[in-house]
Amino acid sequence: MSSTIVIPYQAEAHPLTGVTSGKLGIWIFLASEIMLFGALFSSYVLLRVGTGAEYWPSGVEAGLNVPIGTVNTLILITSSVTMVMSWASLKMDKFAAFKFYLGATIGLGSLFLVVKGFEYSAKFSHHIYPAVGWPEATDPSTFFGLYFTLTGLHALHILLGVLVNLWLLVYGAELWKTERVRFEGRIEISGLYWHFVDLVWIFLFPVLYLL
Amino acid sequence: MSASEAEHVRQHVRIYLMVFAALGVLTIVTVAISYLDLPTSYAITIAVIVASVKASLVGAYFMHLVSEQKVIYYLLLLCAAFFVVLMLVPLATETGNGPLWPL
Repeated sequence: MSSTIVIPYQAEAHPLTGVTSGKLGIWIFLASEIMLFGALFSSYVLLRVGTGAEYWPSGVEAGLNVPIGTVNTLILITSSVTMVMSWASLKMDKFAAFKFYLGATIGLGSLFLVVKGFEYSAKFSHHIYPAVGWPEATDPSTFFGLYFTLTGLHALHILLGVLVNLWLLVYGAELWKTERVRFEGRIEISGLYWHFVDLVWIFLFPVLYLL
Repeated sequence: MSASEAEHVRQHVRIYLMVFAALGVLTIVTVAISYLDLPTSYAITIAVIVASVKASLVGAYFMHLVSEQKVIYYLLLLCAAFFVVLMLVPLATETGNGPLWPL
C-alpha cells in the first residue's frame, strides 16, 4: 500500500497569505539565517569593542588582500544579477537564456569559492589558521577566529546554493515541460536564497577587509 | 503567461541592470573610502551606511521586496525586531574594557 503526500499551494498562492508554500517557507528559513549571521555579527561587535583597538587589526594589517576581496564582491554581485535574469528569462519564455544565466550563476559562484580557496591556502601557507595568526603567526587571534568562522560559514552557503542551482539546471528543468509555474517558483525560491547569501557578503566584505 | 506580464518583466530587466551598475559603483566607493584613512568611528559609520544601501537595493529589487505580500513584510518585521535585540546585546555586556553601555 502506498500513499502520496501532496504539499498544498505549490504553484498557486495560498488564499490567506497570498504566497505559495515554498515562498513562505524560504522566507521563514531566511529569517532564521538572518538570526544565525546576526549572532555572529553581534559577536564580532562585542569582541572587537571589548578587545580594544590596539589588539584588533584592520583587514589590511592582518594581511587580507583587499583587491582580491573586491573582485570576489563584484563576482558575487554579478552572480546575483545573472540569478535574477534566469528567473526573468523563464517569465519571458526564453528557456535557452534561462539556462545560460543559471549556468553563469553557477560558474560565478564556483569562481567565488575558488578565489576564496586561494585566499585560505595563502593564509595556511603562512601558518595562519582559525584563531591564530596576528600579530605573529603563532599568536592567538580573535580576528582570525571570526574571519574563518564568518567566511567559512558563508562559503558553505555558497556551496549549497551552487549545488541546488546545478540540480535545478540539470534535473529540475524537466519540470519546466510539465509544470511550468512550479518550476518558475523553484527558481524564484533558489534566487531568494542566492540573493540573501550575496547580501551577507555585502556586509562581511567591509567588516572584515576594510575596517 | 500573458503578454502584459512578459512586458512587465521586460521592464524589470532594465531596473535589474541599473541596480547592478549601482552595486558595482557602491562597491568601488566602499573600497575607495577605506583608503582615505578616516577615524575608525567615521569609517565604520560610512561603511555600514553604504553596505545598508547596497543590501536595500538587493532586497528591494532582486528579492522583489518592493512588491511583496504583507505576510512577508510582517515576517521580516518580526525578524528585524529580534535582530535589533541581538545587535544590542553587546551594549548590555560587560567586557574586558568595562561595560560597553553607557559609554
